[in-house]
Amino acid sequence: MEFGTSGMLNEDGIHVDMDRLKKGEVNLGTSIMAINFKDGVILGADSRTTTGAYIANRVTDKLTQVHDTIWCCRSGSAADTQAVADIVHYQLGMYDIQNGRRPTTQTAAAMFQELCYENKDRLSAGLIIAGWDERHGGQVYSIPLGGSLHKQSYAIGGSGSTYIYGYCDANWKEGMNEEEAVNFVKGALQEAIKWDGSSGGVIRMVVLTKKGANRHLYLPDTNYTVRHQ
Amino acid sequence: MTSIGTGYDLTNSVFSPDGRNFQVEYAVKAVENGGTSIGIRCKDGVVLAVEKVISSKLLKPGANKRIATIDRHMGAVSSGLVPDGRHFISRARDEASSWRKVYKTPITTADLASRMGGYLQAYTLYSSVRPFGITAIVGGWDSELELPVDGQVGSGPSIGAGGKVEGKKYGGPGLYMIEPSGLYWGYYGAATGKGRQTAKAELEKLDLAAGKLSLEDGVKEAARIIYVAHADNKDKEFELEMTWISNLEGPTKGRHEDVPREVLEEAERLAKKALEGDDDEEETKEDDKPAEEDKMEE
Amino acid sequence: MNHLPQAWGRPRDDVYGAYDGSYLQSHGPNQHTQQPIVTGTSVIALKFQDGVVIAADNLASYGSLARFTDVKRLRKFAGTSVVGFGGDVSDMQYLDRLLNSLDIEEAYSSSGHSLNAKNLHTYLSKVLYKRRSDFNPLWNQLLVAGLDDDKKPFLASADLLGTTFSAPSLATGFGAHLAQPLLRKVAPDEMAASKLSKEQALAAVKESMKVLFYRDARSLDKYSIAIITADGIDLKEDEKLENQSWAFADQIRGYGTQVN
Repeated sequence: MEFGTSGMLNEDGIHVDMDRLKKGEVNLGTSIMAINFKDGVILGADSRTTTGAYIANRVTDKLTQVHDTIWCCRSGSAADTQAVADIVHYQLGMYDIQNGRRPTTQTAAAMFQELCYENKDRLSAGLIIAGWDERHGGQVYSIPLGGSLHKQSYAIGGSGSTYIYGYCDANWKEGMNEEEAVNFVKGALQEAIKWDGSSGGVIRMVVLTKKGANRHLYLPDTNYTVRHQ
Repeated sequence: MTSIGTGYDLTNSVFSPDGRNFQVEYAVKAVENGGTSIGIRCKDGVVLAVEKVISSKLLKPGANKRIATIDRHMGAVSSGLVPDGRHFISRARDEASSWRKVYKTPITTADLASRMGGYLQAYTLYSSVRPFGITAIVGGWDSELELPVDGQVGSGPSIGAGGKVEGKKYGGPGLYMIEPSGLYWGYYGAATGKGRQTAKAELEKLDLAAGKLSLEDGVKEAARIIYVAHADNKDKEFELEMTWISNLEGPTKGRHEDVPREVLEEAERLAKKALEGDDDEEETKEDDKPAEEDKMEE
Repeated sequence: MNHLPQAWGRPRDDVYGAYDGSYLQSHGPNQHTQQPIVTGTSVIALKFQDGVVIAADNLASYGSLARFTDVKRLRKFAGTSVVGFGGDVSDMQYLDRLLNSLDIEEAYSSSGHSLNAKNLHTYLSKVLYKRRSDFNPLWNQLLVAGLDDDKKPFLASADLLGTTFSAPSLATGFGAHLAQPLLRKVAPDEMAASKLSKEQALAAVKESMKVLFYRDARSLDKYSIAIITADGIDLKEDEKLENQSWAFADQIRGYGTQVN
């Protein structure tokens, strides 16, 4: 296994996601995010997958379900993050059956972290876990490259996220209603798509509340104004 | 090898024609000879107590503990064969720590009871093992707060998470009793060992289902019940050992700990006093114990 | 034609000779963690007459990106000690869980003896040394603050190589360069430290945190600070740097001769 020669984290280099890819690997050079709002959580992502400068998939779904109301956003290597999500999906299914109750977002986050931490020398996966359960409401966890676990009120990730730290920090409000929250995610991802060459395509969202999972889709040719799903 | 027509009790895992597993029933006999153990599920905690019969004057008082910590928030006590009890504890600790390794959160009392129930049941299935000669009582306090992931950093929204379903309660006291067969139930009050009949009768009087008994009173009742149950076994000396787990606001802050010496001594003093008070009525009461489940032989 | 997967997309054997399959094998030893990813910067600590003051800011950096601003890098253990972590945050979380399981195992025996800071430091240094000897280091520099067997203030450091060190004042990372000289000024030796009041120690540590914020490009003005004494641990995790000095910027014009 060979890593890129520029794999070192430079003092001022933040494009770690790209550098950790193996040669020829499909990259989710991505913009992903998840936020807490009044009734639960919202996950959002662009839809671009690249190999180098070529867009391998322009309508990718980077929002992945691992349990009824526990989802994740994937960034980094498509293969690695799919493998990790598949494992956790299986483990959470088993948890539900064996213990006779739904896993919490914490349970999912713990499982994701274990995989990312113990295999940190082999994986390039930057994940955001977001979920809703009766007891804890909406929860957002971020698992960046090394496999640490961070509870956050909102999380952004992928190469595009570096362009929207300012936007998010300036516009973030706690306890937004659903409409405000959807607009926050959409606004942030539009900026990320605009400035990051590795992000693009449609904006996908999943709203997780006590009512379950609800998908949103916004297209670039309508300037992301019309909801198509 | 003796009587003809029987033999269904000579190996584990074999049914008798009328559907009984004699080895398990013999294991229950071992439990019935052990010192009395009880557990009380109070509104704000759980008490565990055991009548530790002193088998030799050469043993150091207060040493050789019978109640063990399984995880920070959970303890267990057993009646019957003491080494079997030790192995039970060892396995329970392994289950609790492996749960933490996998899920990064403490195991609940119910989940631990389920795991241990499964473990004991497996010891009724094979001819190469014998069932556990103990009945164990497991008590714990499951945190009523939101559960973090062990080692997590960051704290989420300052106003708390959105979309919580209000009005539901989580966590609280847990008390389970696991028998040699692997059978386990959750209890308000649990008793096992030699004095279990007396102890159960006393526990029933407490109306624990109402959920009004406080942990402080629970400790006193536990001490008294062990003393009352010991009255049938008067010729032997015993030590009272007690531990407790309170809620997060209580004296142990959700941890399983020894009941402090002052509290224990006060509870013992009250227990002795109560026993003197109704000594006369207790005298004859338990003499004619029903020969319960004495139908062991075919 | 060779249809084996190894030959896919490769020059044909009959034209160019057999494919050299050794390129598919990895060479050399197993590689583990080669660099930390999400990192915390300095931890600083100072002994005083009754205990130890320890501080670290609340930032976890991702390269130069100030990515997580609410990371508590001072962790309490066994109700007796505080460990301050610099370096990789995922390894910090691993050690946090490891020490917690140690604490749980310690409670199995009801002897009432709990681990003190000295015990923790010994344990941690052995874990760190073992891991570096496996060529799989835990990428941390840490300070352990608390009391020793004689209830005297205890402060020691351990790092990813298993190196240990003890002194009346200690600092990791940038702090070793910037804060350590300031702390040594108030406590040049054990004797001086044993005469320091809590207030003096606190003031020296807070002043050092300020200097670190001025000069460490991976630092934050929000920090955690703990005071450990025989009475217990007083840990504050949401402190803000106070009395900063910036107004003198008003006097600065140009870079040499300019006056306006």
